[in-house]
Amino acid sequence: MAGIKKFIENAGWPRIIIGLFLFSLFIMAPFVRVRIDASVSDTLVRFGMNGVMVLAMVPMIVSGCGLNFGLPLGIIAGLLGAVTSIEIGIPGIPGVLIAMTISLPIAVVLGWGYGLLLNRVKGSEMMIATYVGFSSVAFMCIMWLVLPYKSSNMVWGYAGKGLRTTIAVEGFWHQAISDIGSFSIGQFFYVPTGMFLFFALLCWFMWVFMRTRTGTAMTTVGSNPEYARASGVNIDRMRTLSVILSTVLGAIGIIVYQQSFGFVQLYMGPFYMAFPAVSAILIGGASVHRASILNVIIGTLLFQGILTMTPSVINSMIQTDMSEVIRIIVSNGMILYALTRTVKVK
Amino acid sequence: MALEPLLNVRGISKSFNHNKVLKNVSFSLEKGKILGLVGENGAGKSTLMNILFGMTVIHETGGYEGTISIEGKKVRFASPFDALEAGIGMVHQEFSLIPGFTVTENIVLNRESTKYNFLVEAYGDRMKTLDRDDMDRRSREAIDKLKVGLDPAIAVSELPVGYKQFTEIAREIDKENTKILVLDEPTATLTESEAEILLDTMKRLAALGISIIFISHRLQEIMDVCDKIIVLRDGEVVDNTTPDETDIMSIATSMVGRDITTAFAGKGDREGNLGEVILQVEHLWVDMPGETVRDVSFQVREREIFGIGGLAGQGKLGITNGIMGMFPAGGSVFFLEGPIRLNDPTSPLEAGISAVYEDRRGVGLLMEEPISWNIIFTSLQMQERFLKPILGGLIKIRDESEIARSARDYIDMLNIKCLSENQRVQDLSGGNQQKVCLAKAFETKPRLLFVSEPTRGIDVGAKRMVLEALRKYNDEFGTTIVMVSSELEELRSICDRIAIIDSGRIAGILPASAPSTDFGVLMLGIDGREKKVV
Repeated sequence: MAGIKKFIENAGWPRIIIGLFLFSLFIMAPFVRVRIDASVSDTLVRFGMNGVMVLAMVPMIVSGCGLNFGLPLGIIAGLLGAVTSIEIGIPGIPGVLIAMTISLPIAVVLGWGYGLLLNRVKGSEMMIATYVGFSSVAFMCIMWLVLPYKSSNMVWGYAGKGLRTTIAVEGFWHQAISDIGSFSIGQFFYVPTGMFLFFALLCWFMWVFMRTRTGTAMTTVGSNPEYARASGVNIDRMRTLSVILSTVLGAIGIIVYQQSFGFVQLYMGPFYMAFPAVSAILIGGASVHRASILNVIIGTLLFQGILTMTPSVINSMIQTDMSEVIRIIVSNGMILYALTRTVKVK
Repeated sequence: MALEPLLNVRGISKSFNHNKVLKNVSFSLEKGKILGLVGENGAGKSTLMNILFGMTVIHETGGYEGTISIEGKKVRFASPFDALEAGIGMVHQEFSLIPGFTVTENIVLNRESTKYNFLVEAYGDRMKTLDRDDMDRRSREAIDKLKVGLDPAIAVSELPVGYKQFTEIAREIDKENTKILVLDEPTATLTESEAEILLDTMKRLAALGISIIFISHRLQEIMDVCDKIIVLRDGEVVDNTTPDETDIMSIATSMVGRDITTAFAGKGDREGNLGEVILQVEHLWVDMPGETVRDVSFQVREREIFGIGGLAGQGKLGITNGIMGMFPAGGSVFFLEGPIRLNDPTSPLEAGISAVYEDRRGVGLLMEEPISWNIIFTSLQMQERFLKPILGGLIKIRDESEIARSARDYIDMLNIKCLSENQRVQDLSGGNQQKVCLAKAFETKPRLLFVSEPTRGIDVGAKRMVLEALRKYNDEFGTTIVMVSSELEELRSICDRIAIIDSGRIAGILPASAPSTDFGVLMLGIDGREKKVV
């Protein structure tokens, strides 16, 4: 009994409830003629697609900047890298690497400015971050039309200029990362090994970084800025660094997403991208002040699991399309829950 | 005297968690008299007043022993409302005024004069409208009694500090049944001329038949206006006298306490041990709210334990915070020949100066992190210790086992009571948290250690541990220590020399063996006036 109690306390009720819900969906799946293997495979693919963007939440949370609602800023950097890579037209892994290399400096510059902004609004970072995300998307809506991309794969056919809303990466680097060492079992079960390895590599980088002198200082700034200052840490520099890191991971994250998904989504595409990532890490057990790699992994699995399973299972059961409604309730409800939860002082 | 005193306090005792803060306190106050209540910080003045005013904190911590009677009737207030009802008015150190309201509105707050209108028939008295004319009349009347030029129509937020104080007093006077007025350090925030007006006002009120309990650190004021003087020390009445029978010097002596010579017995000849001047502070100013340092210069010798004392708010805490770069500061600080860059926390840390801050929770600790992190963080950050290379030396990461080992050493050495080095600091008691702060400072292996209020808010046993640890550290490693504390006896028991800070300046530096009277004189800033008195 004590063991169970301890497990519940460690895992936390929200995770247990969502976990049980997800488990029951898997149990129900065969009865409503949803294939288990296809469902599990879908969940795994979505996990790999979204993992890096959820990981992008970690630096800002630990440095005390809160949840990165401004993730679209990083995503835009990634999109710029992606379209430029397609414009250049090199396929396969080199294409992906080119996309990442181009997006990296853009993300650093954008993240730096974003960090400076957040240092001026200490205490209300998350609200400002949301607007940074939204307004940057709006600004880019203009830029996608104006930027001088020429590739016929990307521009509007009738005008010959201006990027299309959805650009296929098929023929360039579709599943370039995913397919490294990937394998299929039967017709429906596909494991994107390369994407997992890449995600694991980034997680490991983050784990190491959090244990370096700089990473330790970053966590301390988030825990008690005054303590950090008294120990000789430059608070603003640490915060800016965390924002840059978060933005860079957002850029890499969207490229991983696109290569698996097969499409680059411009214009309003990045608009709501921050919310699933935010709810995933919160479901994983992170709070506004505290997050770990484990939170990222568990949260992404649970959240993407729910997203995959509810449409197929629930829709088959009740014969109506409830998937979008449930998705919105779960993701926004989780954000609401985490933001209202205050840290208990014993 | 056949007449029963207006207020009679008999045998009041009060303890917080087995810590006796008041011991058998008795005094009486007659109608129309002024009683001066003096004592060091923490002598029990506020607790006594809280009991008298029926503050709920007293009940929540187990009530008190003894009796209080007003006009011969025993009273036991369960809440401040009972006290108000019985005619006790209190003016606190912090103003309880509504800034956006006018003086009049503040004076008559919740006791406004009202007029009838027809809505009252339907909804009751709540719907009565304010009788502004009568309110103005009442506030003018109260202000006139004070004889100050206070405009009743002005908003409180626009008043200078002194006039806010008068507004508070006027409010208490306006209450028709106020018999006893408690003024808790009313002159602390006033300028000299304002304070004089206030003292005149007090005399006038006393002549009107209102009894006043006056708490102040300025002994001259007490001597000037009071009919009776009570001196509290460590929760006991050590002197119950009148201004005619005493003088400032003897009040100061009884306030600060006996000369403890025994404390120095173990010190031996420390003079021979002291080295060259290691820290030199010149014309330091620090802009720390509530603890402003104006112009401070002093020198500390190697291996010395240098004490900085003084009353709260005089700037003693500002000195540490200024030198460590936590608040804007100016002047010059030299440590081991080299200058310390002010306003840059890394500079003193790099030079080998560490500090234990008075604000444990705010600056001193990471409440939500484990003990081990708290102890090693500064060393890891500033000295790059507790790191081990990985990937062939490409990156260095935290050496968790080394960290745990170091933390366990300090847990043993300082006897920190905890489950393990991984326990969160917020779960520890105040005394153990303080030990973690000390361990953090020790771990940086400082040449000079600043310690601010190391024993504030911790129990007697832990206090001794902390002081002993400091002393031992000084002995064994030759670390120079600058200790800031409000408790003079504590400073005298461990320091070699003690500087007393008054109004942001050094009032004097004395050897710890100097008689406590001398410290009292410096602390109360009566050096200049003393000559007039004697």
